[in-house]
This record gives sequence, structure tokens and C-alpha cells, in this order.
Amino acid sequence: MSTLDRKLSRDLWRMKGQAAAIAVVMALGVMMQVMMAGLVVTLDETRRGYYERYRFAEVFAPVTRAPSHVLHQVAALPGVARAGGRISGAARIELPDRPVPIAAQALSLPDHAEPALNAIRLQQGRLFDPGAPEEVVLLDTFATAHGLRPGDGLQVVMNGARRSLRITGLARSPEFLYAPAPGEMVPDDTRFAVLWMSQTSLAAAFDMKGAYSEFLVTLTRGTDPRGVIEALDHLLTPWGGAGAYDREDQFSHRFVSEEINGLRDTAAAIPPVFLGIAAFLLNIVIARMVQAEREEIGLLKAFGYRGAEIGGHYLKLVLAIAVAGALLGALLGILAGRGMVQLYLHFYKFPFLVFRLDPGALALGLVVSVLAAAAGGAVVLRRIFALQPAEAMRPPAPADYRRAGRWARAVKALDQPTRMVLRRFTRTPFRMLGAVVGITFGMGLSVGMLTIHAGFNQAVALSFDVLDRSEASVTFTHAVSQKTLLELARHPGVLRVEGTRSVPVVLRNGRLTHRGAITGLPPEPELVRALTPDYAPIALDGPGLVLSTALARKLKAQAGDVLTVEVREGAQPVLRLPVTGVSETVLGAPAYMALEALDRALFEPGRISSAALRLDPAQAEAVQVWLRDQPVVAGVSLKSEAREAFERVMNQGTGATRFIMAAVAFTITFGIIYNAARIALAERAHDLASLRVIGFSKGEAAYVLLGELGLVTLLALPCGAFLGWGIAHMLAAAYSSDLYTITVVFRPAAFGFAALVVISGAVFSGLLVKRDVDRADLVAALKTRD
Amino acid sequence: MPKQPIYRVEGLTRVYGEGASAVHALRGVDLELPPGEITVLLGPSGSGKSTLLNILGGLDRPSAGRAWFRGEELTAMRDRALTRYRRDNLGFVFQFYNLMPSLTAEENVELVTEIARDPMDPEEALALVGLGSRKDHFPSQMSGGEQQRVAIARAVAKQPDVLLCDEPTGALDSATGREVLGVLQHLNRSLGTTVMIVTHAAATAEMADRVIRFADGAIRTVERNDAPRAAAEIEW
Repeated sequence: MSTLDRKLSRDLWRMKGQAAAIAVVMALGVMMQVMMAGLVVTLDETRRGYYERYRFAEVFAPVTRAPSHVLHQVAALPGVARAGGRISGAARIELPDRPVPIAAQALSLPDHAEPALNAIRLQQGRLFDPGAPEEVVLLDTFATAHGLRPGDGLQVVMNGARRSLRITGLARSPEFLYAPAPGEMVPDDTRFAVLWMSQTSLAAAFDMKGAYSEFLVTLTRGTDPRGVIEALDHLLTPWGGAGAYDREDQFSHRFVSEEINGLRDTAAAIPPVFLGIAAFLLNIVIARMVQAEREEIGLLKAFGYRGAEIGGHYLKLVLAIAVAGALLGALLGILAGRGMVQLYLHFYKFPFLVFRLDPGALALGLVVSVLAAAAGGAVVLRRIFALQPAEAMRPPAPADYRRAGRWARAVKALDQPTRMVLRRFTRTPFRMLGAVVGITFGMGLSVGMLTIHAGFNQAVALSFDVLDRSEASVTFTHAVSQKTLLELARHPGVLRVEGTRSVPVVLRNGRLTHRGAITGLPPEPELVRALTPDYAPIALDGPGLVLSTALARKLKAQAGDVLTVEVREGAQPVLRLPVTGVSETVLGAPAYMALEALDRALFEPGRISSAALRLDPAQAEAVQVWLRDQPVVAGVSLKSEAREAFERVMNQGTGATRFIMAAVAFTITFGIIYNAARIALAERAHDLASLRVIGFSKGEAAYVLLGELGLVTLLALPCGAFLGWGIAHMLAAAYSSDLYTITVVFRPAAFGFAALVVISGAVFSGLLVKRDVDRADLVAALKTRD
Repeated sequence: MPKQPIYRVEGLTRVYGEGASAVHALRGVDLELPPGEITVLLGPSGSGKSTLLNILGGLDRPSAGRAWFRGEELTAMRDRALTRYRRDNLGFVFQFYNLMPSLTAEENVELVTEIARDPMDPEEALALVGLGSRKDHFPSQMSGGEQQRVAIARAVAKQPDVLLCDEPTGALDSATGREVLGVLQHLNRSLGTTVMIVTHAAATAEMADRVIRFADGAIRTVERNDAPRAAAEIEW
């Protein structure tokens, strides 16, 4: 170890406090980068592997009933690599301990062969025996949620008939990575199940012998799915084809994609901000640190060290801090990423999820840290190298305040310490601005995080208390007559009933399309409502559509536009409907229409497909039991359960990153303020000691330093508030998808709290620094020149 | 009746560090100084003269022994009282001036007059050191000698009882040094300020009323000089 290297290690030890503060800020920037980019890679790669391994289809073509030989025609279509057929039907599971029936999807697998597409991953037990019609493989997450195991029995209603089945195995599938109950947006393991049965058993249950109700297709490389979808629609129309759709419109895939894209957007938007702030700070601190070494540098030059050697020495010092910070950040990022992966496993049913490091993100974090640090050092080193050794060893000439100082003389009322504070701003405006910008970012991040936090809570409240005021919703097995409502309304415990109709459609505005549903609402509804952004009800009348904000955004549509609506039900008419308004929404991307007009357009007057209910709490359970036994009821979903599930997903799933970000934002805010205070102290230690010597008290001397910190903080607070408002909008956009919308709500409390974070950070830093001012060794400070 | 001494010290000892590495900067110094004199403390580096000045200035505390300023025990004062003492009674002049670079000459002086009990007019203080015309200049615009004269103006503006000067000419050429010493002598003669000067430059002794020579942390000699010379006449 050379003497310079020994000096290096001792220098690092001497400045350990500040070095640690810099490294931690740096580490947090790198941590965000590594964590978020790693999550994107992890989810993306694991999903791709999972899809490949279990041959997840690329195009799905549901039909009413197509003879099995049609499969050959499907497989022969140009661009089709592989094709499979299966039976898919709705089922209801009845568990003894639950009054509400549980919606399930029943899917067939070939009797003897591996399925061509959409294979399942058996987690436990075995496959069914094709000769035993009661044997079933159950979605493992549902089984786990209810304590069901292979060998247990299961009561299931399929096609109107109740059957006793026996579980032989538990499985999951890439088709159900994200599996909420029908009509809901967020998954709840207890309330949605998938049943896999043999082709023969399911054909018997649904009366589908020798037929399929869905075709699955993968494409040859480079094939445009649109051509294949068109060909499939053409081929399957005689068999009641409900419109083929590609993987992008498959619910689970779409949701996971939204998540990954959201993460990718956030990863692109947020960590660079953190990293940039950290780099900026590092730059300032390093510059200051090297400046303070001026005399030593002169001495080393006097001894005959070459500039490159000295430069290398300081570069090593800087790199040691930056690399330590970056590595710490990478480590924290990996740990945080692993934690996040566990959360993701709750919501996305991957068979496994191993956090993977994105080498690019790690490299970027490292490079940015090192460059920022090196740049900070280089600027100052160049200035010092320009000096003769003897000059460098003399104290620098007094800082030049000639130009900066004039203005303050006019204001006679100012005392000298205040002048000292103010002149620092006019003399080194960029350095002061740097501190202001740094704290502004800290404040901005805090405001942004807190505002978005409020946005998440607002989303829950808006969705479940304002937009939808029902307590339960009932889905019928098919579109039923409105008379059913009267029957429901008459039942004791039902306080109010409103019928709605949901029709699957493809909405097109020019080249933009959305596959979803139109919900028909009764006139002046009380329970499920379309509201303006000011929460005023939107009147629905006539054949016009009210789009949710998310949908309007996706289709780039506004009131007055006319959309093409391809109905994917019944006679499948193609309608041209005008957009009459845009409504506020949180969950999904619904489109609303007057129920009567919708039914008229479909030539099915007086039909509803679901009902929203308000229940008497005392009789709610009895109502649920009664509903379970109604043959037309496909499923009942309780608002309280949906709300819980949504809150869970917001707090633990996707939304969980915001907690990490808030913690990081607070830490960075403090780091910035503390470093600003430390730098100010380092620059003024000499002046402060002089003030103490000429008779200033500790408090009066500290005023010169803390006044500066206070002024910087005061300037930063309003700037940070504005920036935070912008960051909140950016975050809201990054978190929002057409599956749910996070709106930015103005919460004064968010600003107040963020200001409190900044101010307490400033006060705490101030106290820490003041302690050093108080302890300053006056004699030493005066002997050692600035 | 002799005048009450302005400073009195008894057995003043200052040890830095401990054990084998302990440095005895002062080894039991006893001294009495009358008010209104110019005292020069002479001695090689490390002889203890600056340590004594620092303790008398309330910037450092002795390891043992006591010190009084006009009968008040400095060594018994807490930080707050010492600050008060410095603020009300002392003016400091240092080798490296210790001006605030962000304040003009006049403002540097005002820094002190704003907190002093009975200050003189800042312009008057600057005129005393011959810098009346440079009051609006910042330190960066002044020579070393000018900066030191601002420091002296700042020290005297509060009309202190004592001016403590640590190597006031250490960073200056001889002509400028003579000028600065001339200012100190002038202040002593016209305002009656007690002046203590710590220096290496033995020639400075010629302008003193009293010369104290230090070696190895102890006082070797104390000489009275009944015919101090004018600072301008001192040969360097």
C-alpha cells in the first residue's frame, strides 16, 4: 500500500460521517433504479418463460358451439402455428361455510393427450382420470384459500345441475396469472376458481359432445394477429363466433402487462430523479471537499507529485465513496426487490418468481454515481492544478464580494449578520440555487408521494362510496327480464334494486380499439352511477355513450365523437354511437349507456344481466343464502369483499412501491438538507469562529449559518410544493392504466406534512450543525486558515 | 497606591494531551499587568506566549491555576460569561485578519459596533487606522496591511479595555508592519487601551512599556521599558 493510499484510507475515516451521508443518498438513487428495473425484468422474463413452457395461446376464439372438426380448419389458417380446442363454461361452487356462491370457470383438457395449448402446471396431486366424470383439478390458490386438498369433495353447479366432484389435483396456469372474480378488477383468492376437467366429463356436463366452445391459437413468427383474427371471425361466424381476440385483450395478460408497463414507466421516470438529485449532491459535496484539501494538494505538488498522481489520489477518494454508495444501493435494491417479489406473488399467480438483477440498471446506477462524483472533483482539481504549489499552500484570497455586495448597502435596516447571509446568495447564487433546487426536489418528492397516497385513498373512497353505492351485485346466468328485479325487490332485506346490463363489445375510434363492455344503467340511478369529475350525476338518455376517463383517454375520444361499437353477443350488431359525455372512474374503463337505449339497440327490450342491491344489514346473510339458490344467479359479489381486495392490492401490490418511494423521498430530503447544512458549515467554520472570538454568542454566530439554511429552506418550500404537484401528476399517470385510474387530489395536508418533513429535516440538521458550531475550537479555527 | 492590575494570573498551567504525548504549553505562570500599558510577549514557537494570550482572551481554559480580569475570575466563568467578557471588554487582532469577506470594511466594523455597549462611530474607527476613504471596499479589494488595519479598526471600535494581538504583523512586510504597530501605539496613547502583543519579532519590544520573555512554557524575564520608542522608529 503506497503512502498516498494510506492517506486515502485515513482521509476516508476522518470524513466518515459526511462520506456516509453522501453514499447513502447515492445508494437510495441506485436502489430505486435497481429495484424497479429489476422488477420489470423479473416479471417480464418470468412471464415469458411461463408462457413458453405451458404454451399460452396468442389468439382466443370463443364460439357458441363448433364441431370438433373445425379445429382442423382453424389449424390450417395461414399464420397459425398451433391450434387447440376446448370447452369453457361458467360454474358455481358452493362451499358449506359460505352463503354466497363462488363463481368459477370450468375448462376442458384433452382426455389422454397433453393439451396443444394452455397447458396447466400441476402443483399438487394428479390429473383427473378421463373415465371418472367426478374428478376435477382445482385452481390451487382457491384451494389453499379454503383449505381444500386433493381427495376433498366439491359441490359445483354446472349448466343448472348440481354435481358432487372430487379434487384430484391442484394446478395453476399462465392463463390465470391475474384472476379476479368475474366483473371485478382485483383478485381475491377466496372468490374465484378454475375447474379443469376431462373433455369427456365437461362435454357431458355442458352438453357439448364432439364440440368445442373455444379455439386457441399460436402464431408463426412475424404473423400479424389481426389477419388471423379476421380469418377466425370469418371461419367461426356460423358457429356463433363471439369475436376472436389476441393475447393483448386476454384479461390476465392485459393486467400483468399493465403492471409491467406501469412499472417500466415508473422505473423510467422516478429513479432517474432520485439518481439525479443524488448525483447533483455528490457533485457539490465532492467539489467542496477537494476545495478544502487545497493546501494538501499544494504540499503534494511541492514534494514533486505529478498532477496526474494527485488527481488519481482524489479520484480514488471520490470513487471509493461513489462506488460504496452504488454497491450499497445495488444491495438494498436487490433486497427491496426480493421483498417486492413476495408481494407480487400474492397477486400474480406465478409458479415462482425470483428477483433478477437488471445489469443495465446496475451499470447505469454505477456509471451515473461515478461520473457525478468524478465531475465534482475534476472541476475543482483543475482550478487547483492551475495554481503554483506555493500559492496553493497559502490561504486563498478573501472571496470576492465586490459585485455581489453592493445592493445590500442600500438597505440600512439590515444588521451585519443578516447581510452576511444575504450576500452569500448574491455572491454564489448558483451554489445557493443548488441547495434550493436540492431541497425543492426533496420537498417535491415528498409532496408527490403524499399526494399520490391521498390519490390512492381517494380512489378507494370514490369507487366504493360515490360511484357505486350498492352493497352487493348479482350477476345473472343470462340476460333476464326486468321482472326479475321485482322479485328481488320483494324479498325481505332487499332495500333497493337497480338492474343493469353489461354487453361485451369492441369499441373503435378510428384505429384505436378497446375490447370491453357497455353497461346499461337505469334512468336516474342511485346505486351505480356515472358522474362528472365534480361528482354530479350524468343524465343518460338516448342512444349515446358516456365513456370513463380511462376509456376516453385510451380511445382519444371526446363528447361529440361517434364510435363504432361491435356487439359481441346475440345477433352481434355493429352500431354507431355518439359519445355524449365523460365520467370519472377509478376501476376499469367502463362505458355507460341508458339501459333502455341499449336494449333497444340490441332488439332485446326489458333485459338486464345484473342487479345492484342495497341490503338491510340485519338480513344481508339471509338474502345471500336465498340468492345462492336462485337458478338464474351466476354469482353474487359483496362490495365489502371487493373493497377489501382492492385496498389490499393498493397497499400491498402495485401500490406498495409508493411506500418505499415515500420512505426514500423522506430520507433523501433529509440527506439533502443535512448535506447543505454541513457544506455551509464547512465553508463558514472560519467566519463563525471569528464571530465567536469578537464576542458573538453561540446563538448569534449560529444565526449566520442557520439563517442561510432557513432562507434556502423557505425558498425551497413553495418551489417544492409546485414541483410536487407536477410529480404527483406524473406518478398518477405512471400508476394509472385502463384497469384503474389514480387521480391527483389536492390535499392541503399532503403539502403541510411534506413541509413538516422538510422543516423538521432542516431543524434537525440545523441542530446537528449548531452542535458543531458550539463545540468549535476557537483557537484552532483561527490558527488554521480558511 | 498602585493601580488595580488589569490582569492577574496565579500558577497558570496548560497541558495539551496526556501521558507520554502530553505537551506542557504553560508551566505555572504568575503575572500581574497594570492597565494602560503596551506589553509585548516575546519567545520562540511553543514557548507558551500565545497560550497565555488565548487564556486571557477567554478562548482557552487552563488545566490548572487561576486568572483574573480586574478582580473578576476568568477561570471561573462559564461560556456565556466569557462571551460577554469578550464582547464587552476585548478587541482581538490576529495574524490572518479574520475579516468577513462578505462585508465591506465599514460593515466589518459595524459587525462589532452593533453588539457593543459603547461603540465609537465605525467611520471614526476606520479614520483612526487611516482607512476612512476605503470604507466601502470588500476585503478582496484590499492589501494585507489594509485588511489588518480594518481588523484593528474592528477591534478598537467597541472601545475595548484591552486589545489582544497575536502576531499582528506576521503576515505583513516590514513597512506595513511598522504602520500597523504605529496604529496600535497611537490607540494606546490616545485612548489608554491596554495592548498585549504576542510576537516573534524581538524589535517590537522597543515600543513596549513592558516586555515579557517566554521559554518552555514559563516566564524567563519581565522588563520595564521606561523609554519606549515610536513604532515608526523601530529598526527591523
